[in-house]
Amino acid sequence: MTPVPIQAPAVAGEALIDQFAAMLRIRRFEERIEKMRHAGEVIGSVHLCIGQEAIPVGARAALEQRDAVFSTYRGHGWALACGVPVEALFGELLGTRTGVNGGRGGSAYFTAAQYGFYGENSIVGAGAPIAAGAALAARYDDSGAVALTAFGEGAMNQGSVHEALNFAAAFDLGVIFVIENNRYSELTPTKNMVRDDELWKRAAAYAIPGVRVDGNDPGAMRDAVAEAAARARAGEGPTLIEAMTERLVGHYIGDGEAYREEGEVAAAREREPLVVARAALLADGVSAEDLDALEASVQAEVDAAADAALAAEPADTTTVREHLHA
Amino acid sequence: MPELNYVSAVNAALHRALEEFPETIAFGEDFAIPGGVFTASRGLHDRFGARVFDTPISEAAILGGAIGAALRGRRPVVEIMWVDFFLVALDQIVNQAANVRYVSQGELSAPLTVRTQQGVLPGSCAQHSQSLEAVFAHVPGLIVGLPATPQDAYDMLLSAIAADDPAVVIEHRSLYFGRRAPVSVDGPIAAVGGARVRVEGSDVTLVTWGAMLGAALEAASVLSQEGLSVEVIDARWLAPFDTATVTESVEKTGRLVIAHEANVSGGFGAEVAARIANEALWSLEAPIVRVGVPDLRIPAAPALQAAVVPGVDQIAAALRETAAVAA
Ligand SMILES: Cc1ncc(C[n+]2csc(CCOP(=O)(O)OP(=O)(O)O)c2C)c(N)n1
Repeated sequence: MTPVPIQAPAVAGEALIDQFAAMLRIRRFEERIEKMRHAGEVIGSVHLCIGQEAIPVGARAALEQRDAVFSTYRGHGWALACGVPVEALFGELLGTRTGVNGGRGGSAYFTAAQYGFYGENSIVGAGAPIAAGAALAARYDDSGAVALTAFGEGAMNQGSVHEALNFAAAFDLGVIFVIENNRYSELTPTKNMVRDDELWKRAAAYAIPGVRVDGNDPGAMRDAVAEAAARARAGEGPTLIEAMTERLVGHYIGDGEAYREEGEVAAAREREPLVVARAALLADGVSAEDLDALEASVQAEVDAAADAALAAEPADTTTVREHLHA
Repeated sequence: MPELNYVSAVNAALHRALEEFPETIAFGEDFAIPGGVFTASRGLHDRFGARVFDTPISEAAILGGAIGAALRGRRPVVEIMWVDFFLVALDQIVNQAANVRYVSQGELSAPLTVRTQQGVLPGSCAQHSQSLEAVFAHVPGLIVGLPATPQDAYDMLLSAIAADDPAVVIEHRSLYFGRRAPVSVDGPIAAVGGARVRVEGSDVTLVTWGAMLGAALEAASVLSQEGLSVEVIDARWLAPFDTATVTESVEKTGRLVIAHEANVSGGFGAEVAARIANEALWSLEAPIVRVGVPDLRIPAAPALQAAVVPGVDQIAAALRETAAVAA
């Protein structure tokens, strides 16, 4: 049995306890953001990943620092899983000078390449061809790096994703395409927008491997991405991973979720990643006290980061015109 | 007359179009059952059934689908949720819809209307903030309008739908839930085109469109307290653009300020300035001044946005600047 860490590691590895801690950090971050949004401290549209934390945490556990991750507007969890400091992320959403992009990106469009996080994207599907390009670069620089792009299942109906899949497949590019299937394209059930909602099967049309995994299980996610990454590093091309999950909150903060079925969210809460991981850890012999202590330390870490960000200087308007060109 | 806010005026126009034109169909993302992310299409699906439907996140298919259906007898009204998302499917409107009538020598037409919305709202990111009307106005064959009031949200949408050519109606998010106003809803549907003089004045002409109208009216009222009489023209349509109304005004005032939320360079304000230089150069007593976002990407933090998006103060300053030039 692995020892229970006193603090969550910046980037989780293979151990479930570390993954649990990393997922908790994301959850507490998102919960605090929700409060900040309601308090008017964070302004503008925010898409939380509550319920989907296992996907970025498990995926990142199978990647390396040299790899490149491309996510969507629902990307806070991906950034945190990549090790972006909590305080800098709070700062970005609060629009402070200390934000990862000094407030220029905001909740839905920030980037932190020094952590291998090549950013969110607010245009559905736009990250996929860019990830193919990152994998293309790796072909010329001997870095052995792979690129991972994550997007919602709704994005599978966007032309750019189709083009990226074929581009990567045709040229054996080392791209890991991760579908975060939370079953809704914003306010519309995706099953009504496709003939076959087993999206992993589309991989066959590109003649690449496709798998469906439990996206609420960071271990399953890690394994699938590890396999895909090994293939990618060996020059064998892309993989399509469909990670099944559920978001426990609205598409954006303020979404009334009238489109969700009766009892659906309550049922989802029983099988969400934190609940499942905690139960697995207890079953594995980890003590409840240790888990509680870890939860408290993650809460304290997130609170301290939030406080620091709230106290930071607002974004610097004097430099707002800089960096348009080289 | 019902009292409607801007978004309910859009909704009323959509209801009327589906009622009055049996060939109309309407679709878009989250459009039918959810009723639109801004409620613009609320109730349409209940009332008109299969003529109103939700689509996948596939802008090229939405626009191309509208064109094909238009070629074959339908009159589609589709929604592109944000003007920024239009960019993933520009081909369909620029290379396809705009060519239909011309290349077929009038044999074919594509009477479709695309509703979209644009602009900066506090916190909106760089990919959800652009004002791209000039992109569409640059394409011959398209009708382009930007309603600024609830009445125009209603009237202009119906004019666009009734027109037998492809039209892009660009709404502004910040207007949707603004003040209610009495909207005349049963009148005849006007042809597209035509600016409106919103406030008459004699010293400076101020031309604007879309959400910037609000700031323009406020700036004009600030300036009137300073003794300057500003004529405010709401262009409404950029294609066709009502050059005559602006020319006539500038012949009276001799001074012109153009304000829009789009970037200055290549913005439609440049076209307005060029037209007035052609039509009324000898009436001008001062250089034409353009107000717009400096040529930048749009940052997300509200404080940064406020530093770059022009409002009442910038327009007022431009009006003072142009008024100060000795005749
Ligand atoms: C090209 C484009 N079209 C539409 C949108 C508006 N939009 C933002 S998120 C979203 C739904 C995306 O659903 P999905 O891909 O399943 O991802 P999820 O939000 O569930 O994570 C839509 C339609 C957009 N941002 N970009």
